[in-house]
Amino acid sequence: MTTIISAKDVHLSYGNYEALHGVNLNFQEKELTALIGPSGCGKSTFLRCLNRMNDDIENIKITGEIKFEGQNIYSSKMDLVKLRKEVGMVFQQPTPFPFSVYDNVAYGLKIAGVKDKDLIDQRVEESLKQAAIWKETKDNLKRNAQAFSGGQQQRICIARALAVRPKVVLLDEPTSALDPISSSEIEETLMELKHQYTFIMVTHNLQQAGRISDQTAFLMNGDLIEAGPTEEMFIAPEKQITSDYLNGRFG
Amino acid sequence: MHEIFLDELKKLNTQFMEMGVFVNDQIDQATRAFVDHDKKTAQSMVDNEEKIPTESIDIQKKALKLMALQQPVATDFRVVISILKATTDLERIGENAMSIALETIRVKGNPRIPEVEEIISNMTHNVRHMLIQILTAYVQDDEKMAREVASRDGVIDHDYVRARKLIVDGIEDDPSRAVASSSYFVVTRLLERIGDHIVNLASWVVYKTTGELEELTNPSETKTI
Ligand SMILES: Nc1ncnc2c1ncn2[C@@H]1O[C@H](COP(=O)(O)OP(=O)(O)O)[C@@H](O)[C@H]1O
Ligand SMILES: [Mg+2]
Repeated sequence: MTTIISAKDVHLSYGNYEALHGVNLNFQEKELTALIGPSGCGKSTFLRCLNRMNDDIENIKITGEIKFEGQNIYSSKMDLVKLRKEVGMVFQQPTPFPFSVYDNVAYGLKIAGVKDKDLIDQRVEESLKQAAIWKETKDNLKRNAQAFSGGQQQRICIARALAVRPKVVLLDEPTSALDPISSSEIEETLMELKHQYTFIMVTHNLQQAGRISDQTAFLMNGDLIEAGPTEEMFIAPEKQITSDYLNGRFG
Repeated sequence: MHEIFLDELKKLNTQFMEMGVFVNDQIDQATRAFVDHDKKTAQSMVDNEEKIPTESIDIQKKALKLMALQQPVATDFRVVISILKATTDLERIGENAMSIALETIRVKGNPRIPEVEEIISNMTHNVRHMLIQILTAYVQDDEKMAREVASRDGVIDHDYVRARKLIVDGIEDDPSRAVASSSYFVVTRLLERIGDHIVNLASWVVYKTTGELEELTNPSETKTI
């Protein structure tokens, strides 16, 4: 197992409000990690630190160290465009751009300066296939992505994230806006893709975390309470509070 | 929602304890009836032979329903799984007690071997004490006590081996004892099996409290036919 991202003593404050109080967590390559915890505990905040999505927020202060493939991502030498290419993101609400499926998926490649039409075509097809949405879109590539169903839009967004061949994909509650069937289809897709990519996923669906993640990390009030192999976390966590949370005693 | 779970669990634990106490009483009745050649008591036990299996099914159904509807994980998961498994072991102990009752009915007025009956009463005393203690360890989540109880299975095994030897010697001394002796064989063997199920119960207590699945065999375990 190779650590691809490591977070060490990460503190984050929004103005005077400290939302993360020193989080230490490693992510292994080609594993799916689930970040769980009550609303407002800092899951999204932490996730967004991992590709510096928080950078533009006013009065934000981040200390500690986050390394991606051994390189400190907050160092001034870090190439942000490259970081975001390698560490992509999928959000809770499907957010396709208001243009065609093809242009949505090709978007990241074009930003990255890829001009080769054949390469782009090939990547679009591959990515849509990986996201298991090729069948529904192959005859409609010119159709507006927003005209698809919620579940299909989310897959198009996953395809868009995969098109630039990231190493890590961050997902913030990717299925919470979807119906159970679409969610379970997305879960299946992630299960298949996790042999090729590293996923870090915030989810409030604990059963989902149990079903598809390799590692589970439990956060509460800005602290990492416990993290470990999902099986251990769901059968014999070290802390009673973890068990209580997993069983819906609070949260 | 978790209120409901805790409430149901509490009821389930109570029902499990009650079943345990009843099973323990059955061991006592059965061995007493055996030694006293009290076929009437044995027969009344056999007439009620459905009671323990019915109770066991009821507990298991409730536990399965909790699993399906409340989907417990972590500590709660282990509690429900261990009650499911422990109930089966309790049921087996009940079956063994029932077999002792059946043996009592089957046996004819034969010459007896007092030393073996002494051992049977000793084994009965020990397994009943172990059973009560393991039930206590179960409700109190007392891993240490569970391990301690399991380790005492060695004493049961030792008595069993001693009884076998006495029985064999007895038959050699007086071959007419052979028929009665077969019952002694059966009953001591059943008591020894009860000890093994108590060890299983102990391992469910360990699983429930730690998440570790271990076989708590004692080092002096005598493998028997
Ligand atoms: N941009 C922001 N400015 C100020 N406070 C924020 C901001 N984003 C989140 N917070 C606060 O930080 C805490 C953690 O939020 P968040 O990471 O969104 O939690 P989660 O994803 O676990 O629900 C919350 O108390 C939230 O109100
Ligand atoms: Mg969030």
